[in-house]
Amino acid sequence: MSSLGERFSGLTKPVTQSLFAIAIGLAIGALLLAIWGYDPLAGFYQLFNSAFFTEIGLASTLSYATTLMLVGITFGLGMRAGLFNIGAEGQLMVGALAAVAASTFSLPPGLHLLVGVIFAMLAGALWALPVAILKVKKGVHEVVSTIMLNWIAYYLCLYLVLGPLFKAGTHTSIQIQSSSRFPLLFGTLSSAIFVAILFAIIVYFIMWHTKLGVKIRAVGFDQESARYMGINPGRAMMIGFIIGGLAAGLAGGAVVMGVPPDYAVFTELSNIVGYGFAGIAVALIGRNHPLGIIFSAVFFGGLWSGKRAMQMFAGIPLEIVDVVIGVIVICVAIPELLHIIRSKIKGRPS
Amino acid sequence: MIFEEITFALAVFAFGLSLIEFIDAFRAGPLPVPAWLRKIKIRRKWVLGIILCMATVVIFCVMQLAGLEVPSLIMISLSTMVLLGLVAIGEVVNERAGTVNIGLEGILLLSSFAAVYGTEVSGKWPVGVFLGVTVGALTGLIHGLISIYAKGNQIISGMGINLFAAGFVAFGIWTAWVPGVHMLSPGLGIPRISTPWGGLSWFVPLTIALALVVQFVFYKTTWGVRLRAAGENPGAVDASGVNVFRLRLLACIFGATLAGLAGAFMSLDWVGMTTKALPAGRGFIALGCVVFSGLEPLSALGAAALFGFFEALSIWIMAIPGIAAVIPSGASNFVKMIPYIIILVAVAAVISRRRFPKSVGRPYRREEI
Repeated sequence: MSSLGERFSGLTKPVTQSLFAIAIGLAIGALLLAIWGYDPLAGFYQLFNSAFFTEIGLASTLSYATTLMLVGITFGLGMRAGLFNIGAEGQLMVGALAAVAASTFSLPPGLHLLVGVIFAMLAGALWALPVAILKVKKGVHEVVSTIMLNWIAYYLCLYLVLGPLFKAGTHTSIQIQSSSRFPLLFGTLSSAIFVAILFAIIVYFIMWHTKLGVKIRAVGFDQESARYMGINPGRAMMIGFIIGGLAAGLAGGAVVMGVPPDYAVFTELSNIVGYGFAGIAVALIGRNHPLGIIFSAVFFGGLWSGKRAMQMFAGIPLEIVDVVIGVIVICVAIPELLHIIRSKIKGRPS
Repeated sequence: MIFEEITFALAVFAFGLSLIEFIDAFRAGPLPVPAWLRKIKIRRKWVLGIILCMATVVIFCVMQLAGLEVPSLIMISLSTMVLLGLVAIGEVVNERAGTVNIGLEGILLLSSFAAVYGTEVSGKWPVGVFLGVTVGALTGLIHGLISIYAKGNQIISGMGINLFAAGFVAFGIWTAWVPGVHMLSPGLGIPRISTPWGGLSWFVPLTIALALVVQFVFYKTTWGVRLRAAGENPGAVDASGVNVFRLRLLACIFGATLAGLAGAFMSLDWVGMTTKALPAGRGFIALGCVVFSGLEPLSALGAAALFGFFEALSIWIMAIPGIAAVIPSGASNFVKMIPYIIILVAVAAVISRRRFPKSVGRPYRREEI
């Protein structure tokens, strides 16, 4: 019983901190809306009502959550290995385009889907490889290299989507063939969500129940100590980047192979940008734990899915959701925020 | 005229700086460099620099005779140098004191919007610049409080600023004008020094002067020593009776203020508009300049000139009349990749020879007695 109690109390602190950050984010969002003369309550009512209490909205919430979960794992796994891997944005784009390219083959239905998924994942991992090599061999900080590769990926994908993979006479790339689409569950929700959850569980298993996972976490905890224990930090970081790349690539595949009705990439890439950076917030609110990320992805998926209803019915620009996400991330940066506020209220020096 | 000469001198100065950085990178380069090139002494490095400089002038003359607009390439280079240079110099000061701010991209975005907003509302550009700089300073204050006093995670805080800025500016442009883009009303931009090749921004001499001043303060004044020591060994600075926290906070605000100034320059002086993605990664390119320069103010300006040149090149190539007929369609996307690829390769080339302050990125905790 006591072990259960300990486990529970070990869980309450991170959950409280995450909820607190979310609350501050929503409060500041509401404040900004009020300053600009909008009605925040009506807006948030529309947002959450549409996202979680309508069938169409819920399907789209879970559909967004599928992708956000995977890019969240990219960043969260990186954090566990002591890396700030913000390259999910570019890796996702490359993965999405690779899935489109793979869909031009003609293969039997089940196999074709599998080939598409593998292509997307490998493309994501391939895009993460230079970051890993530059970090391990040269010591280039991953924030600089991932951002540069994100932009290179952006222009590469712009070229592909308007060039070799363009579908003439439309505003999208070639559509994914029906043989390599994820089967739909209900509404616009596809079975890609099961693949994403499975991926999260596999990552959880690797990180907490294998020697490799212990090594990766040891490197993230203290690189020097890990080195003295005989762990090769370079190898652990390499694996951290590669698994992250696989996750982000799969996320890109899920966006194009599992989101009706387009099953394609828009020519301005508008349906594949933004996930990677939102994934940072997903990972942080999920405390960089694969299982926590599953739940936090559903929350952020709800924000993404409900923002259109908020714009449509409450007349509030949907970008306010990005403001809320930004504030949430800033709040998470301060681990002792609750403690600081509590001691300030009680008048004690912190 | 005198202005013509000033422009020419500035262009040569910026170009010389960029060449020095280029040679420096090349000597360390990832390519197999012959041993004799590695062994070249400093004086020969200058000789090599002068030869390269002359070769480039010849190339430019040939390009000019071939009908290409070389002066416009130089003018764009100076603009990109100012933008990257201001941000990079500020961040050099900040990182030397021990704090990293990767929210520079967000600060550029916020201040470029604020500057246009202030100018449109008041009808005067100084108000816009003031508002842009203030927004930069305030963001720096918040980042500094989080990372220095609350001992939060600096990278996460910086990323949060970037995400916040992306949302807030899109929201702001939407509510103030129409969604997406707002062009600055004609006649409200910052006036320029007129030269035969078009307007030269006042920010160009300002940036160069600033780099020289910061270099002087760094190595010739007590404050410079304290600042550098705060990044190397904050405990020693604290023990000598200087408030490390306040010093770092001031450095952080200074860096963010310069980024705010750069944002105001970008929207009011250079492009004359505000969009929800105006900096397009230049805040991060400036971070690359900082790493490339090894945290030296003058080198940071040189790096800004170097990468600014490549960025200007990618803009300029696509603006050559008739270029669309010559190169295949879609190639423009590859041209736009150039600056990002170059900075990645250049940083990888020099990083092993750079030394960074020991406690950069780590919050200082005073030891409990």
